[in-house]
Amino acid sequence: MLLVPCPNCGPRNASDLVYKGESHTRPDPNLVTEAEWRSYLYLEDNPAGWLRETWYCRSGCRRYFVLERDTTTNEFRNPPVPGAKIGGKA
Amino acid sequence: MSTSPSSPTRIDAQPGEVIDRSTTIRFSWNGTSMTGFAGDTIASALMANGVRVISRSMKYHRPRGYLTADFWDPNGFVQVGDDPNVRSGHRLIENGMDVEPQNVWPSLDHDVKAANGLVGRFLTAGFYYKTFMRPAKLWPQFEKVLATFAPGGTVDLDTPHRLHDKRYIHPDVVVAGGGPAGMSAALAAAEAGAQVVLVEHEHHLGGHLLWGSDADRAVVAHFASALEKAGVEVLLNSTVTGRYEDNWVAINQRSHPLAVERLIKARAKILVVAPGLIERPYVFAGNDKPGVMLSGAVRRLINLYGVKPGSKAVVLTANADGDATIADLERIGVDVHVVDARKGEGIVAADGPAKSVTSVEGADGTKIDCDLLVTAIGWTAPTSLLNMSGDRPVYDPQTARFFPGVDIDNVLSTGGIVGDGMLDEVIDHGQQTGRLAADRAAAVAHRLQAFTARATPVHGDEPEWTPDRRSELPRDAHPELFRSSTHGIVDFSEDVGSKDLFGAAAEGFDSVELIKRFTTATMGPAQGKLETVNTVAVLAEARGETIAEVGTTVWRPPYAPITLGALAGRIFEPVRVSSIQPWHERNDAVPILAGAWIRPEHYGDAAAEVRNTRENVGIIDVTPLGKLDLRGPDVPKLLSMLYTNKWMKLPVGSVRYGLMCAEDGVVLDDGVTARLGEEHYLMTTTSSGAATIWEWAENWLQTEHPEWQVHITPVTTGLTSINVAGPKSRELVGRLTDIDLDPQSFEYMQVRTGSVAGVENCIAWRIGFTGELSYELHVPSGHGLHVWESLLEAGTDLGVKPFGLEAQRIMRLEKGHFIVGQDTDGLTKAPSTGMSSLIKLDKDDFAGKAELGWAMEDVEAPIVVSIQTSDGTIVPREASQIVKAGTNEILGRITSSRMSPTLGRSVCLGQVAPHVSAPGTELTIVLADGTRTQANVMEHHAHFDPEGERLRG
Ligand SMILES: [Zn+2]
Repeated sequence: MLLVPCPNCGPRNASDLVYKGESHTRPDPNLVTEAEWRSYLYLEDNPAGWLRETWYCRSGCRRYFVLERDTTTNEFRNPPVPGAKIGGKA
Repeated sequence: MSTSPSSPTRIDAQPGEVIDRSTTIRFSWNGTSMTGFAGDTIASALMANGVRVISRSMKYHRPRGYLTADFWDPNGFVQVGDDPNVRSGHRLIENGMDVEPQNVWPSLDHDVKAANGLVGRFLTAGFYYKTFMRPAKLWPQFEKVLATFAPGGTVDLDTPHRLHDKRYIHPDVVVAGGGPAGMSAALAAAEAGAQVVLVEHEHHLGGHLLWGSDADRAVVAHFASALEKAGVEVLLNSTVTGRYEDNWVAINQRSHPLAVERLIKARAKILVVAPGLIERPYVFAGNDKPGVMLSGAVRRLINLYGVKPGSKAVVLTANADGDATIADLERIGVDVHVVDARKGEGIVAADGPAKSVTSVEGADGTKIDCDLLVTAIGWTAPTSLLNMSGDRPVYDPQTARFFPGVDIDNVLSTGGIVGDGMLDEVIDHGQQTGRLAADRAAAVAHRLQAFTARATPVHGDEPEWTPDRRSELPRDAHPELFRSSTHGIVDFSEDVGSKDLFGAAAEGFDSVELIKRFTTATMGPAQGKLETVNTVAVLAEARGETIAEVGTTVWRPPYAPITLGALAGRIFEPVRVSSIQPWHERNDAVPILAGAWIRPEHYGDAAAEVRNTRENVGIIDVTPLGKLDLRGPDVPKLLSMLYTNKWMKLPVGSVRYGLMCAEDGVVLDDGVTARLGEEHYLMTTTSSGAATIWEWAENWLQTEHPEWQVHITPVTTGLTSINVAGPKSRELVGRLTDIDLDPQSFEYMQVRTGSVAGVENCIAWRIGFTGELSYELHVPSGHGLHVWESLLEAGTDLGVKPFGLEAQRIMRLEKGHFIVGQDTDGLTKAPSTGMSSLIKLDKDDFAGKAELGWAMEDVEAPIVVSIQTSDGTIVPREASQIVKAGTNEILGRITSSRMSPTLGRSVCLGQVAPHVSAPGTELTIVLADGTRTQANVMEHHAHFDPEGERLRG
């Protein structure tokens, strides 16, 4: 099981957190096309390499946060701009 | 007790024996009582009692005896009491133990299935795929045939669940394997300051040193006491069964004093893999006959258990262990004929009647009489844990075994798995590995600590990542011996022979991963430990390739099979109850489990509860309703974002209903929210949605709108919730509260706070899920039971009675209120509920807005409607299909249905296609028995009081 470094609680089992998927900016619902919106909802970039992801620390501090993860090694690092706006899809 | 000269027997005490001859243990085998000594395995005790045939093989039901006489013995599975598939080479005997053979119907001695040269032709490689493919209607017959042949013991369904437990640990270093390298690594790591857990599969530390010299055993004793002094936690009779991401290590502990098994989940900073080597069988004709054993089995039986495994032996040796076996056998007076593979000598067959070996055929054509054939032809490196860490082992023809292929930062190997050498070299390698593990563990600990620096300061710089500068162990040359010139068994547990593998290769199977699945070789309980390399070697031979070219299969968890009990652990299912639960229990409420909540389904007669509530007054415990206390100046913005309707102007003292959608427009939850004060709101969610909606709200606050000032506190269990419903509810509540209930000042969809039954700070709001005049009271939960009992006491003359979840569900269905998740599903977008008027697309933004805009235009989405059958006595089962008359074309389904005590007829909600959703449309419902019945779409959602006069009264 992956060990996820929560910025508040420290490294915790992934089962203590909820994986919320890739972090993308939520499009403006008033301007977005159907194709753009559904791409935001359902499509992931899934790169081999560094990826920004949103986690929710359900069993700990109950904060949402973004981490970067290298999908080829599962190494984590903090994003360059902590607290940047992150996607709101559930 | 007399035994025939050829039977194995107990011999004089051996210097390294692990049995206690002063303690006799009585047990039974196959109905016959026998004795052994404390410390005996079932296998050693049976051998000492002259038992040679233990089981029948899986497919061909050939008699089998002990091959390895340890945990991995493929022939040693027995039933112990109600415990099937016990490994008799590993399990120790206990007084009164009832040991039975398994897979031997009708008996071990006379086995009708042994006549299965007959069925053998059906059981060749791939038989599952070929024989039983068609015709499908014969499957029940096939299953019967297969069931009688299937191996395995008997599961007793009445067996009580014994204590299984789990434990979580966070050691610096876990060492898998307690042989010389593992012990040395564990000690060195501990002495370097690491917290170490050493896991040994067997009952004793020491590995092969146990059946070595006195000096070897002195080394074991030295390490055992040094490990204890160094504070290493030693887990004996425990197996590291898996290694997962970030060194999440599963350890199955079979030696816990109370739990039958305990699954230990260890987050190891460094894992040291030191499992040693597993001896590999040789493939030749008759290699599965009782009396054919591996050298390790013979050495353990003699040296650990004082058992003489035969009286006249042939030993095929290709290495020092074979030579040591010869010495052991000669020392205890066995007549030994040596066949030395290093001199080009060999064997081609073991001959004799079904249940024993009487002679061995040499490669030079000689025939040697014997009752024991021992082979020592090489090793398998059990690289399973390395495979699970991403390694792909590489074959080395010089040493005739696989070696680890890559370096893994936090998984280090030592001992036989990485090389050979003298004992002091192995111990030295273990020591270097232990120090490296401790160094790296410190670096990992520092790195992990740095991640949590916000909470706990991290001191100093991260330690250097220590490079791997360990000296390498030498590799001893070893002849490549896999198969003789004859065919024999490759996978003993699955009864797969080299002939089957040649056949599969001829059929075109060229990949070892495919041939494994086709023939089932390596898929039995030995988990490939004995047979994988031989499978690869035979396939290579059949295809004319090298072993390196064929490669090996990937070893996956578990390292050794694990019971379902160990995985399940304790049966731990926490439940939630309201503060009124003691009253419900005293008053014979029939409980229902709703999510994690236990709540009353009814108190004996749900229909009577409905009638009483409609005629007089009823009270229901609705504490499981999700409740969120919202405070702050920006709560209206949050509500507007979560709900589809408008919330910016909800007055203090008012309650509003709202619908929540996910970003895909699908209905997520619904409920009412009250404005209690200027910046204070109370939101209710569905019972099942409580946790989800809290997270959902936090998501908006934390990610999209961190600038909003809102604080959310979940108060679901902090408030006990009681709904008082019925025409006499105003009178009842009025007797207990200081809140002014005058309908002019406390209207429908309003909220007031005050005292109820002397309890301050109660919240009361007027809503009506049941369709009756009703007050929902939210009471500080410490006083919930008091308020409940006060209501019952105060309303005796009004006929107040409690009602349960079922009565509430009936009444809401009579009123046509849908339930999220019951009448909607994962595809139901908000417009389908008929609540389009609550979807305010003119708001700037809200969850699901984009999708709902498009959904409003969708003319094909199903619609939730109320439905009544023409025959009111028929209650179509929920999920009954609605079809086009005279066809099977599906137009919808019934989502809720009940007999209405109020109307004396059935009432339903359903989802139907829009073209059959208009009031009055005739529908055809397919009932559970296949018959069809007529029904109509109703004009209103409410079957009862559609104008809502009772509610607003
Ligand atoms: Zn946290």
